[in-house]
Amino acid sequence: MRVQLFVPQDTTALALGADAVAMAIAKGITSRGLDIDVVRNGSRGMFWLEPLVELKTAAGRVAFGSVNVTDVESVLDAVERCVAGEEANCPLFLGASESIDYLAKQQRLTFKRSGIGDPLCLKNYQKLHGFKGLEKALTMSGQQIVDEVKTSGLRGRGGAAFPAGIKWQTVLNAPAEQKYIVCNADEGDSGTFADRLLMESDPYQLIEGMVIAGLAVGANQGYIYLRSEYPVAHNIMNQAIDNATKAGFLGKNIGDSGSDFFLEVRLGAGAYICGEETSLLESLEGKRGMVRAKPPLPAIEGLFGMPTVVNNVLTLGAVASILGEGATKYKDFGMGRSRGTLAVQLAGNIKRGGLIELAFGVTLRQIVDDFGAGTFSGRPIKAIQMGGPLGAFLPESQWDTPLDYEAFAAIKAMIGHGGIVVFDDTADMAAQARFAMEFCVVESCGKCTPCRIGSTRGVEVIDRIVSNQERDNNLILLHELCDTMELGSLCAMGGMTPFPVRSALTYFEEDFGLSSRGDH
Amino acid sequence: MDQSNYINDLVEQFKTLPGGMLPLLHAIKHKVGHIPESAIDPIAKGLNLSRAEVHGVISFYHDFNTQPKGRNIVQICRAEACQSMGSRHIETHAKQSLGIDYGEVTNDGLLTLEPVYCLGNCACSPSVRINDDIHARVDSERFDQLIVDLKKQDSRLLEGDL
Repeated sequence: MRVQLFVPQDTTALALGADAVAMAIAKGITSRGLDIDVVRNGSRGMFWLEPLVELKTAAGRVAFGSVNVTDVESVLDAVERCVAGEEANCPLFLGASESIDYLAKQQRLTFKRSGIGDPLCLKNYQKLHGFKGLEKALTMSGQQIVDEVKTSGLRGRGGAAFPAGIKWQTVLNAPAEQKYIVCNADEGDSGTFADRLLMESDPYQLIEGMVIAGLAVGANQGYIYLRSEYPVAHNIMNQAIDNATKAGFLGKNIGDSGSDFFLEVRLGAGAYICGEETSLLESLEGKRGMVRAKPPLPAIEGLFGMPTVVNNVLTLGAVASILGEGATKYKDFGMGRSRGTLAVQLAGNIKRGGLIELAFGVTLRQIVDDFGAGTFSGRPIKAIQMGGPLGAFLPESQWDTPLDYEAFAAIKAMIGHGGIVVFDDTADMAAQARFAMEFCVVESCGKCTPCRIGSTRGVEVIDRIVSNQERDNNLILLHELCDTMELGSLCAMGGMTPFPVRSALTYFEEDFGLSSRGDH
Repeated sequence: MDQSNYINDLVEQFKTLPGGMLPLLHAIKHKVGHIPESAIDPIAKGLNLSRAEVHGVISFYHDFNTQPKGRNIVQICRAEACQSMGSRHIETHAKQSLGIDYGEVTNDGLLTLEPVYCLGNCACSPSVRINDDIHARVDSERFDQLIVDLKKQDSRLLEGDL
């Protein structure tokens, strides 16, 4: 077999200089006269090791990281030694890729192919069991596919955790001439990058999941609503759709089944609210991304008024492996009503940030300690925000909560899309609470008054509390304002902006100048 | 071809596409750098909408703007993960060193500075996007270097070397 060197091309690897590393490696290979191919793969999701260069020989696959341009010559020396069967003898050598503890400790189902090969190589996808789920789905009825998804216990991974099978059943049951599959790839939560990683590292899996969804409910048109902040994913997804169409996995008469499925990427335009499914549908229709009242549910009246499945990238990705490997296998992972695996995204002030796919049930502390190895700054952790900008700030007393939708809801927190942002002890939680309101000012669609106006008032009230102007009265006012936003907003934007605000106030009151209780 | 011609061509191209408004606006932005006021009329006519509706869509999205922008777009991520790694310092530094606030263009037209809320690079924060390139682990020094590089690239481009 040919000796190969892999240099990732996902956004994070590129942002850390992977292109320059790949060029230096190619040049080095030529000048040394080596017989080695350079492959641009996706990322394994171990972002703290990017750019992670991997060497594949007959003996297996070994890794070097993080590799900078200045390291390339010494890495190539080590590569030559490895190829000759000698010791690598290089400080960046990490041993066998799959034995790196960060990866070895994970339970990868959705991300099992991530970073293994060229994400656009269809042959590689099929070699790694790609399109197995679609093959099976093509032999099943729509109802059988929906039943399989129900059996798996899969819940929407975008944040709301609604059972995917029930949503699909509603769309399947809705009589209509035209139905749609819409993939929500508007991954706007800070601290999340799993959708991006899947699209950049294993785009055919998303395509496969969407075709299966189309077969299940009887939809022949799909849209991926992708945020414009993801130019790399945009480019890769478009190429993947082209390749899949040419190979007959998309388009007319898929696999001679008589069923068609057409797929298009539509770019968002920088509005966080368009991650909310009804706002996303408005935006796809070419309008302002204003939230719709529910009911009617999108499953009954969705895109252009037609029955529509709206699912997150990871939900649709999971469907491909559920169909491919069986619902029971998927269901066997997890705890309680949270079945399968969660793609945890460890981010912020953390030493070893990246994607960690694990069965539900692991605790935050295990993630942050065992995988994260503490903060990047080396200082103690002060707070963890889970579930994006609308998620609560969790103090240390809550880090032993298991990652489970219900367990998090019980402490007024949420798993959301699985993003974890770590803050060290220099963080000012009053400033973070103010930012939560400020973000709502910028990103509110404006439909509901408590969200549109309440957020602006929220910023002002927090400023008054921090500067000790009528602190007691303003604290009462802030709580009342939070109540109004929670109860009087149509969607989670206004309804959950109070979560980070209230948790900051409850657990980090000293940051608001409330350290001595005698103040009020 | 003058501006109004290619705007009309783009409207023709997208007007029958279901939900074609955003793709059309992106296409115009890609070509012109912003959405000129003069584009609103032909878009409204082509898509059978009122001018107010077209204006409503343009003004809703951060990506669209009717004012011309700098030759390059520099975005600093303001979201939580980047804040936890000191992005507030970079924001202050960038505004000071460039002498502009968010949404403004430098005097030489080199760049528009914008805030952005998450670039999906949160494990290696803070992040800065310059046109379509994202940069990780940016501090004030690295930001200055990126701007120096951008200036070099920009002047080569202006001289027509690239």
